[in-house]
Amino acid sequence: MSTQVPARKAPLEAMQRQEPRRSRSRAGKRLAKLPVHLLIALLLVVELYPLLWLVLGSFKTQQEFLNDPVWSLPGSLNFDNYIEAWTTGNIAVFVANSLMATLPSLALIIVLGVAAGFALEVMVWKGRNGVLLIFLTGIMVPGQMILLPLFSAYFNAGLTGTLWPLIITYTATGLPLTVFMMATYFRAVPREVFEASTLDGASIIRSFLSIGFPMVRNAVFTVALVQFFFIWNDLLIALTFANNSDLSTIQVGLLNFTGQFGAVQYGPLFAAICINVFGTLAIYLFLNQRVMKGLAAGSVKG
Amino acid sequence: MQSVLGDKKALVILLGPALLVYSLVMLVPIFWSMGYTFFSGNAISGFTFAGTDNLTRLFTDPEVRTALSFTVRYAVVITVGQIVMGYLLSLMYVFILKKSSNIIRTLVFFPVVLPTVAVALLFQKMFEIAPQNGLVNSLLNGVGIESVDWFGNASSAFWVIVLMDIWRSMGFYAVLLYAGLVDIPEDMLESARLDGATGWRLIRSIVLPLSMPVLLSSIIFSINGTLKVFDSIVALTNGGPGSSTTPLTLYMFRTSFAFGDYGYGSSIALLLTLLCLIVTIFIFRSSRRDLTKD
Repeated sequence: MSTQVPARKAPLEAMQRQEPRRSRSRAGKRLAKLPVHLLIALLLVVELYPLLWLVLGSFKTQQEFLNDPVWSLPGSLNFDNYIEAWTTGNIAVFVANSLMATLPSLALIIVLGVAAGFALEVMVWKGRNGVLLIFLTGIMVPGQMILLPLFSAYFNAGLTGTLWPLIITYTATGLPLTVFMMATYFRAVPREVFEASTLDGASIIRSFLSIGFPMVRNAVFTVALVQFFFIWNDLLIALTFANNSDLSTIQVGLLNFTGQFGAVQYGPLFAAICINVFGTLAIYLFLNQRVMKGLAAGSVKG
Repeated sequence: MQSVLGDKKALVILLGPALLVYSLVMLVPIFWSMGYTFFSGNAISGFTFAGTDNLTRLFTDPEVRTALSFTVRYAVVITVGQIVMGYLLSLMYVFILKKSSNIIRTLVFFPVVLPTVAVALLFQKMFEIAPQNGLVNSLLNGVGIESVDWFGNASSAFWVIVLMDIWRSMGFYAVLLYAGLVDIPEDMLESARLDGATGWRLIRSIVLPLSMPVLLSSIIFSINGTLKVFDSIVALTNGGPGSSTTPLTLYMFRTSFAFGDYGYGSSIALLLTLLCLIVTIFIFRSSRRDLTKD
């Protein structure tokens, strides 16, 4: 999930810097770099202009949408569209639903997944490769394969109409990847660490809680970040189990957003997309920095 | 020591809950869903035994054929697009931008974390023609070309989906492949340069073969995700026009929840699962063969 890569690139760059400096004039050099700069500029326009257009649109009135050219700037910076989307458009309710479904599932995934990864990688017992393989198949199976039986089960258990189906399903579907990734991270911790703690008389549970978990906590953070985005951005499961307006998560709510207003109200729709997009982006930037700091502190050394 | 590291009670405490939840909510439903393929009806109306009707219908249903062909076309085009764009970007990060690539990398990565539904709605408005022109049609009008009804016919709708999904994900593959490129030993590149290999030749004979392992794992990752595409298509075209951009995932969802036919829905889900399984095994085996070479 992170865009940074540990500093192994140094040698490559050092080599490129040694390239022979020919006696090219300064202007000529700048000219030679022009295509590269144009390419990068084009790339940035393609990546960022749609987002900028979205932000500008979220401040426009319906009249400006219908009468002005699409690239025109909004007449004024007022937040009416945001207020409209947040209250009349129910975005506030959708965000609350999303949080209430995401956070408990995330906590469960981490607690269950890290413990299972530890048991599968550090502990010694027969059949652990088989169990790991069983977890691995879960990564490949499409969600469609489990939706219908789960729907029947939740219906018969009387859970429809609550957020429980979402929490339970997210937890289970998040486990395979988490278990697999945590097992990989635990493999990087030297076995001697756990053998030493065992010799010192610690039970395996104690070793897990006081040594294993702290040693992989940055990895846990990375896995949590990945899982957060999977759950937060999910549409399939939310659409199946929470398809009424009281339970809708932000994604389902946004999908049905145009329907609520009858004719398309561009301003509030753009504002609602904006809230979703920039909220997620803010979470990503904030958490990503935290992950980077953790990695820089060097608590995990492969 | 072995008795502590293999403590059965601790094993049950640590592994038990995860295995239990996973089995009850994923493994059991997989087999339960296979059982559904022999029935028709749904959870609310009740089930009746249908024998192998659903499976025979699967082979004769023209909708299945359309959905299957769309799924495969989509998966192939997107996988190729994602990997090619990602690889070109990662080459640019390493060989052209060098040290200053950090900020560009982060900016190009942005769309990856954005909710698909939000991105799809944004693209829908960008390619809109009615009630008013979106960004793209206005741009076309500006250079004297008539507005195009992008979502009005199957092939242009397909290419808008492709464009959006590559826009969304190329930053991710760029970072993934970049991580592989910076691992290429410096002396290997240096000696190739001393031998006179530059530009395209350097990339083709040195960089490309050395980044094969990470390219192959990216392909597995990509094709597995694209075969299961759902959100971006539901939010962008909702399978239209007609059912021309309906993948298996969406056809299954409609059959089950709009038409209330769980048995046939399960059969389509089974077809999809088998497709994922076969493709994964196929690529995994061919990649294993390649990896043993180095």
